[in-house]
Amino acid sequence: MTKPVNKRLDSGRILPADHTDRSEAPLFTSVDDVSARLAESGYLASPAVATTVFLADRLGKPLLVEGPAGVGKTELAKAVAQVAQARLVRLQCYEGVDESRALYEWNHAKQLLRISAGRGETWDAARTDIFSEEFLLPRPLLTAIRGDEPTVLLIDETDKADVEVEGLLLEVLSDFQITVPELGTVTATRRPFVVLTSNASRELSEALRRRCLFLHIGFPEEELERRIVRLKVPGIGAALTESVVRVVGALRAMDLRKAPSVAETIDWARTLLALGADALDEDVVRETLGVILKHQDDILKAGAKLDLDAG
Amino acid sequence: MSAEVADRLVGFVAALRTHGVRVGTGETVDAAEAAAALGFADRGLLREGLAATLLHSTEQRRVFDTVFDLYFPYGVGAPQDEPGDRDDLRDRLAAALAADDEALLARLAIEAVDGFGGYGSSPDADGWSSHQTLERLRPQTLLARVRDDVRARGGASGFADRLLEDEIRRRIEAFRALVAQEARRRVAERRGRDEIARRAVAPTADRVDFLYAGKDRLAELRRTVQPLARRLATRMAARRRRAARGTIDLRRTLRGSLSTGGVPMRPVLRRRRPVRPELVLLCDVSGSVSGFSDFTMLLVQALHDQFSKLRVFAFVNRIDEVTGLLEHGAADPEGLGARIRAEATVTGYHGSSDYGVALGEFAQRYSAAVGPRTTVFVLGDARTNMSDPNLSSVREISERARRVHWLNPEPRSLWGTGDSAAPEYAELVAMHECRNARQLGELTGRLLPV
Repeated sequence: MTKPVNKRLDSGRILPADHTDRSEAPLFTSVDDVSARLAESGYLASPAVATTVFLADRLGKPLLVEGPAGVGKTELAKAVAQVAQARLVRLQCYEGVDESRALYEWNHAKQLLRISAGRGETWDAARTDIFSEEFLLPRPLLTAIRGDEPTVLLIDETDKADVEVEGLLLEVLSDFQITVPELGTVTATRRPFVVLTSNASRELSEALRRRCLFLHIGFPEEELERRIVRLKVPGIGAALTESVVRVVGALRAMDLRKAPSVAETIDWARTLLALGADALDEDVVRETLGVILKHQDDILKAGAKLDLDAG
Repeated sequence: MSAEVADRLVGFVAALRTHGVRVGTGETVDAAEAAAALGFADRGLLREGLAATLLHSTEQRRVFDTVFDLYFPYGVGAPQDEPGDRDDLRDRLAAALAADDEALLARLAIEAVDGFGGYGSSPDADGWSSHQTLERLRPQTLLARVRDDVRARGGASGFADRLLEDEIRRRIEAFRALVAQEARRRVAERRGRDEIARRAVAPTADRVDFLYAGKDRLAELRRTVQPLARRLATRMAARRRRAARGTIDLRRTLRGSLSTGGVPMRPVLRRRRPVRPELVLLCDVSGSVSGFSDFTMLLVQALHDQFSKLRVFAFVNRIDEVTGLLEHGAADPEGLGARIRAEATVTGYHGSSDYGVALGEFAQRYSAAVGPRTTVFVLGDARTNMSDPNLSSVREISERARRVHWLNPEPRSLWGTGDSAAPEYAELVAMHECRNARQLGELTGRLLPV
């Protein structure tokens, strides 16, 4: 193995530890600016979401988003990327994701080719050559840190990854640098805007949590949800929107196994629109309840509470 | 940032820490930066900003909100204008509930506490009580009136009309919370914020004692147990994966090395014999520990797919098997408790718990359920109502089983007081204190066999 050498990959400079001293301009000027611009890209943010996105940008810290499935955690990252006109780099976590999938990998096949096509140089020269950037396959984390254009790094479903991967993330998220033993340390020239999402199926470590701003996206307020439905399902009537959102709100208060999320609300509204229903009644609700509730006992429970059989 | 603001922020963080929210200095600095970036003009923004920088999990939010209201209140002092009389306030409250006007409801809550919450003899009131305010105002009696009001205005028609009553009930509940918050703030103004923050803030749900949890906390607790079960399942899966990596089997490694001329090129790992762990649960379902057993049952239900060989027994003073009642997927502890009491024989001639008789009956009737692969969990407070603890049958069970664990929902300091036979049992089996959801999670993660 070669000794680590202090060569820089990019024109990277060492950033001062004080993260307020950043050269590039912040993405957003105020919380209202966040809301307005996210709304333009089709993401209606609650005040909590807008405030936290603003702070993540200002303080230069990663954003850890938790919440039930289908409330728009991943969408938030995509919307920020669109608004900031940044490229979106996505690391999808799953059980067994490792360094070579998350950080970088050496292109062994190409290295072998290079050695066998040797030009008769010394071993030292060959070694330096095959451990150069040409033979490096950057994976999402390295990709996000290199490069000069604005970047949004989305680390999706962080809780699905093993605990060891969290250790990897720590160096990346606190100092925005990655150490490649053969090449040296790569430091970000431009800090990416980092969003981590989690469904809380595993408790993330305290060390990772304290490096991030924490945002819990819950189910939206009625007013916001009505706006979301009208935006995502154009052509739906105001009266139908209102009753759909109210029924979903009632279902969420019912203590079901899986409470319906925003994604389900939108699906249901689309279904109703496709069926040509312009108002809710017992028959329509009974037939379409499967769109919003995914467990049979939930459907039975909700049916009983909503008196679907009475009508 | 002025010294006064910094002091307030540090006091706020200290109050959070006393309630088990771990906040480091780094986060406090972040919070100050967030406050500086957001300004103090908009209280809602400040609240979200501080929450984002100081909190690490969703459960902490409830504590955070209560403490935040104390340290960064809506306003200070009393409302300037003269409070109206009770009927006038009720009229305006009904109108606000019908219109679902949250800002107006918040103002009315302040007015209500000011007008009806003060007690004591001095003209400026000695204290403020949310209970007294709600007792005099009785917002729950407004339900019918608000409903008729909304219907008359045609605000609800068709299908959604049937949801109206529940919606109004939720609004009234929200108003009651606002009143409680305002009363707490007024008391804090009088007696010092730090003291009230220490005493009058409810702990996070996973730290509430099972035995003393009120009705509303029980519902909240149930929601914390759900993800707990899922987390346990993943943790157990990870433990199983790790356990599959065995140690080196030297004999087979050496024999394999013959083909490479005696050089052990390929180490052979010792194969693990897959065991199917068996689990037996003995649950006390008597009234004194009902809060506790409901949650354990819920957890057991969720772990059903992890343990194919799981048998559950319930007892008060007789014991009966209830495995069949744990219908898969029907996560409903209240219904489960009711089903057990209705369908299983758990009581004999009287209704109070008797550990000695129940455990003796188990050792006699179900001794086949316990074998060398079985881990037995006993869940109960070990209060025998002065009868014989029947230590010999416990010894018998513990000799037959692989391990026996006893989870006791009482604080350790109470073991052995009164009719508790906990110390006697603890000499025979491993007894663990299991007072709240947090301890339950830790214990089950540690003790469950892989």
